[in-house]
Amino acid sequence: MEPSASPRALPGHVRPFAMSRAERIGWIVFAVLAAWAASRIDPSWARFVTGLANAERFFDRMLPPIFTPERELVRGLAESLQIAVLATALGLALSLPLGLLAARNLMPGWVSWSARFVITVCRTFHPVIVAIVFVKAVGFGALAGIFALTVASIGFVGKLFAEAIEEISMKPIEAVRATGASFANVLLFAVVPQVLYRFIGFIAYLADSNLRNSAIVGLVGAGGIGGTLFAAFQRFDYDYVLGILLCIIGLIMVGEALQLAVKKVFRQ
Amino acid sequence: MATPRPTRLELAGLAKSYVPGKPVLSGIDLAFEGAALTAIIGPSGTGKSTLIRCINRLVEPTAGAIRLDGTDLTTLRGDALRRARSRIGMVFQEYNLVERLTVMENLLTGVLGRTSAWAAWRRRFGRADLERAWALLERVGLQEFANARADSLSGGQRQRVGIARAVMQEPALLLADEPTSSLDPKTSVEIMELLQGVARREGIPVIVNMHDVDLARRFASRIVGMSGGRVVYDGPPQGLGDDMLRQIYGGEDWLQ
Repeated sequence: MEPSASPRALPGHVRPFAMSRAERIGWIVFAVLAAWAASRIDPSWARFVTGLANAERFFDRMLPPIFTPERELVRGLAESLQIAVLATALGLALSLPLGLLAARNLMPGWVSWSARFVITVCRTFHPVIVAIVFVKAVGFGALAGIFALTVASIGFVGKLFAEAIEEISMKPIEAVRATGASFANVLLFAVVPQVLYRFIGFIAYLADSNLRNSAIVGLVGAGGIGGTLFAAFQRFDYDYVLGILLCIIGLIMVGEALQLAVKKVFRQ
Repeated sequence: MATPRPTRLELAGLAKSYVPGKPVLSGIDLAFEGAALTAIIGPSGTGKSTLIRCINRLVEPTAGAIRLDGTDLTTLRGDALRRARSRIGMVFQEYNLVERLTVMENLLTGVLGRTSAWAAWRRRFGRADLERAWALLERVGLQEFANARADSLSGGQRQRVGIARAVMQEPALLLADEPTSSLDPKTSVEIMELLQGVARREGIPVIVNMHDVDLARRFASRIVGMSGGRVVYDGPPQGLGDDMLRQIYGGEDWLQ
């Protein structure tokens, strides 16, 4: 170590909380991109004012909301719910094993990289784009929605599962392995207890996300309340649109409450 | 509870290199037999933990043979290896319990070696195993904590669970990797007494890695001193003089 002139003076290279060069460049790049994007879409005041007038007319026609035809509404909501539940179940059945295969601490490299590749492909496209593909493949209706959201589920929780497994402590695993336990038993008694509660949180989150998405995929013909909503929009039945939106909000809120309840039950 | 089956463990020419050309262990020849506690001492990084882990093949030895009652463990794979492991109990420095499971459940993990995945999935354990676990909890003085989660226990209590879990296996041999290094002096003595008791009651060899030379002298009937990946002393505690300790650990200031 070099002797400094005065041992009390803070040397120049000791700078707590200093921003690194990379960090500074990151912020500058972000600011430049934002400015460029703003120049493209031209958010002018005049446009905003005409927009306000349009919005006023739109809201005027929306009120008061109506809930008829009820049959269509209830059928759409029920179908959305079914899509969400089935997609969650199928998604879990596929993403639990995939998440395990993708965990680098338990699997050889080539296995985890292949599994990661599958998961990444599943999360590359937005559910709506996947839904369009499935509508083309299996036709209009709920089946396309179920497949689309299953794929989205794998992309969503597969990675979370893999990362949760990678964060576990290897100590109990070593101990259970030392008792002569098979790999399956090591999973059941050393891995599962360590990840179970986090997984339940993820699963509740997944169910919630699938419920939201199931209301959207209908817009492209993949079944559920989204289809009802889209049809109402095209008929300019804005009061019915508002009725449907309120029902979706209600459904999501029920989902949220359920998610909270589940998490509470399983808290440690 | 002790089953009369004299165990003989033989290590012949055991060697391990994690990096080729840099052996951690070389030419280890040791034999263990009968109800005795052997302490392995030596400086950190001299391969004590590796030696212990080679015996149950948590670490793959590079060369040599490990014969447990005549069977060479280094040749075993799959089911046969797991069956052999289930006969070797192991106790760890940081207890390595499954923290979110209860004390009783942790003990039952000791019989996973002979439990099918289907039974393990349904958490079905035999009546005999449950009763044995309960009796072992009494032996280690933890019956009142049977339903407590492992992470709610103190270090000494956790280590006792760790020992009970190993004894649940009905082992023919017990390995302990620095079982007292994370514990206070009083608890360390209690744990050593417990390990000594396991050697006597189960009638099996107990091999303990440790740092505390005085504790080793007090509880072991045999001491193996290691230095630089080799055995430099193998004999009774009385024969372990300051000269030998200097050779094992190097330097001498610490001996004052």
